[in-house]
Amino acid sequence: MANNSAVLAAVVGIGQTKYQTKRGDVSIAGLVREAAVNALQDADLTFDDIDAVVIGKAPDMFEGVVMPECYLTDALGCNGKPMFRVHTAGSVGGSTALVAASHVQSGTFKRVLTVTFEKQSESNAMWALSSPQPFSVHLNAGAGGYFAPIIREYMRRSQAPYDAGIKVAVKDRLHGARNPLAHLHLPNITMKEVEESMMLWDPIRFLEACPSSDGACAMVIVSEDVAQQSPKPPAWIRGCAMRSEPTMYAGREEVSPQAGRDCAADVYKQAGVTNPRKDFDCAEVYVPFSWYEPMWLENLGFAPQGEGWKLTMEGATSLDEGGDIPWNCSGGVLCSNPIGASGMIRFAEAARQVRGDAGAHQVDGAKLALGHAYGGGAQFFSMWVVGAEKP
Amino acid sequence: MKKIAIVAYSQSPCVSQAGASNEVELIMPRLREVFEQAGLGNAQDVDFVCSGSCDYLQGAAFAFVSGVDALGAVPPIQESHVEMDAAWALYESILKIRMGHAESALVYGFGKSSPGELPIVLSQQLDPYYLAPLWVDSISLAAMQARLMLDSGVISEADMASVVARSRKNALNNPKAQLASQVTVEELLAEDTFVAPLRRHDCCPISDGASAMIICSEEKAKDWGKPYALITGIDHRIETHNLGMRDLTDSTSTRAAAAGAGAGSGHIDVAELYAPFSHQEIILSRALGLREETQINPSGGVLAGNLMMASGLSRVGEVFNRIITGEATRGLAHATSGPCLQHNLVAVIEGPA
Amino acid sequence: MSEQQDMITDIKTPVYLQYNFTAGKSPARFLSQIKRGILTGQRCPSCSNVYCPPRGSCAACGVATQEEVVLSGKATVESFTIVAIPIPGNPIKPPFVIANLVADGANISFIHLMSDCVNEEVHMGQRVEAVWKPQEEWGYAMDNIKYFKPLDEPDMPLEDIGKRALSGRGE
Repeated sequence: MANNSAVLAAVVGIGQTKYQTKRGDVSIAGLVREAAVNALQDADLTFDDIDAVVIGKAPDMFEGVVMPECYLTDALGCNGKPMFRVHTAGSVGGSTALVAASHVQSGTFKRVLTVTFEKQSESNAMWALSSPQPFSVHLNAGAGGYFAPIIREYMRRSQAPYDAGIKVAVKDRLHGARNPLAHLHLPNITMKEVEESMMLWDPIRFLEACPSSDGACAMVIVSEDVAQQSPKPPAWIRGCAMRSEPTMYAGREEVSPQAGRDCAADVYKQAGVTNPRKDFDCAEVYVPFSWYEPMWLENLGFAPQGEGWKLTMEGATSLDEGGDIPWNCSGGVLCSNPIGASGMIRFAEAARQVRGDAGAHQVDGAKLALGHAYGGGAQFFSMWVVGAEKP
Repeated sequence: MKKIAIVAYSQSPCVSQAGASNEVELIMPRLREVFEQAGLGNAQDVDFVCSGSCDYLQGAAFAFVSGVDALGAVPPIQESHVEMDAAWALYESILKIRMGHAESALVYGFGKSSPGELPIVLSQQLDPYYLAPLWVDSISLAAMQARLMLDSGVISEADMASVVARSRKNALNNPKAQLASQVTVEELLAEDTFVAPLRRHDCCPISDGASAMIICSEEKAKDWGKPYALITGIDHRIETHNLGMRDLTDSTSTRAAAAGAGAGSGHIDVAELYAPFSHQEIILSRALGLREETQINPSGGVLAGNLMMASGLSRVGEVFNRIITGEATRGLAHATSGPCLQHNLVAVIEGPA
Repeated sequence: MSEQQDMITDIKTPVYLQYNFTAGKSPARFLSQIKRGILTGQRCPSCSNVYCPPRGSCAACGVATQEEVVLSGKATVESFTIVAIPIPGNPIKPPFVIANLVADGANISFIHLMSDCVNEEVHMGQRVEAVWKPQEEWGYAMDNIKYFKPLDEPDMPLEDIGKRALSGRGE
């Protein structure tokens, strides 16, 4: 691999919209502009200061607008500038952040605005995810139907207690109750309530699954010299990695995909992380179904294989329980899920933590955080490490 | 800006219907060819892979995911995707190499447009509240643009027919072209209009297929010892989506992108312009200030065959082909996206010093 | 004189797009066989793994699958879920089982329905067999197999699922 000649880049502005089932008060353009304006204000910059715009979202069928960057250029102040649109399925929020960062890290631009969004209330996401395809069996399985058998296999291998998933569902919603932007606010949620909620795709219960949300997330990423001038502390980008593997091949390890492990190893190496549980102060990890927390704790090396559920059960990942490695203090995907933005929200929330800017869900003194996103059949992974200090 | 070498390029023959060949099956032969050209085995031998495609061509969300099945992505690879023409996947790959996270990259674009009605699909690219519900297809929009140019006297119908005649003639030398023939301007003008003032021949055909390219740092190209060309500049710009707020008879974004790519700092032997409609080739060549001595679309251009989502990459590939054969020493490749040339990319390609 | 009008807050714009879909070469061979009631897989010439249903390539190797392998319609449950959400247009009533099944002789799983079974007794390693629709209903799709039902055979050891060649010899 090449020697790393990358320019150091940092996040100096973050903007999000309130996440809810339907943002009937804004058009798609209005939604993305809201996040973009918030990010620019946070960075104390204007649209005119921006050199390039990178947008990302999940399949266009979620809104029914083909290649929406054509339509959104005006809302994002991009006329006369370079506009780019990333699409890597569910990991797109993360990949978009990485592509935007590469615009700066390659030395090509100094100030880049990046926005990801989904206004899935405009179309029908369930349909788009499972539309009947010619010559295929139509099972309407959706994401839950796809992941449930894999979760079942994890439960068998790890012999985890049946309620490890329930514990995550409660924890992330309690975290989300601290986040005014989160879609689901369930401050009184209990283990019993989750356990009694309807079983959708056994073993996934209704309250163990993510909602469907409208929303947008934006960041301003700049070069080192520009970041030095920034009024608020920058989140320095210490590592960036992405990996893909095919959806299906003989002998594929589906519970702890190789692409996830390789991606983590790459980003940890760049950031000098050798013991993720100890080196990180917190992590924002893409957990759309509760059991994916123990599974990703293992896949990302926070726990030995088969033991991810132990960290969950002992409260290590809970801000409320004073855990040493809080995961998803923002409430995570289990509280808000505008599909195209969810990955970037993870990356942005990690950056908020190391800027000391996470409000009521701040981890005290957080200096190093992991942002993680995945998509497709758990085959596309993108991750970054951000820090309060320069490398 | 760090120079990027192109070491291999391959393109499908442009056919109106690929028939019983799915996207993976269209991609694999192109990858096989570029790997052979570069002396590589498979995607494991490059550091980064990026592709361009559009789900709506296939009519299925996540359609692009199947493309990964063509790569041999085990063990896992660094891979990304844009829902844009592969010329932008090329751009993303160049950034990756420039930042030192890769020394080589495989870029490919693919599309099977024949199952759907492409001009109608593209009507859904428009503003979803004001324009898309009108279902104005891409040909009608181009026709309005041509009308503006004819009525203001900046071009004539004969000018448009000349572009087509030249494309058909040049395409006779392009084994991948779909439409090639000897035809005169008079013969073309005698045909009925299709979506007036456009005649059928003023519009590019619909073609199924894929194209692929391998790029790398100049050091790597020298290591591999294969003939290469250098991308010395690349830039892209987008204009307002509102058609009424643009001068549709000009392409300011193409001009700006060309300036950004350093097109003007030398002669241009050959220019491959992604002009889906004959009048648009005239707009582009004027916006670029191309001179008499520049050969425009020696491949026949997109009027000879339009691999949707790969045509932009193909323009770069066609210039590359002519540089490594010595036919040209410096060339320009252009890609476009969006209604009436809304978004434009320009790359400048030269032979090694 | 203008009347007070309600603000328009949203519009419905249905999108209808028509596609004539053509299956790829590999899938078309599979579909032609299944139309005749024959379940097949295709073997990768590079790694020898058998894909059922074939998708155009062996994704691990990036090459086209070639040799056709006829499969019996028996399979093993690799994993499964019990689903509460109905399938539009399908008479099967929730809760029903969707399983990842590996056909005997194949090396990857496919997803299909299970029925004629006690949901709570479905388990990994369970042996099942295809229940076909009546022949007159056969089209070009995997759902010529209506569902898979339990087979009275000893469970397959989990570590063997997807590993055994048709002849019973290991890799």
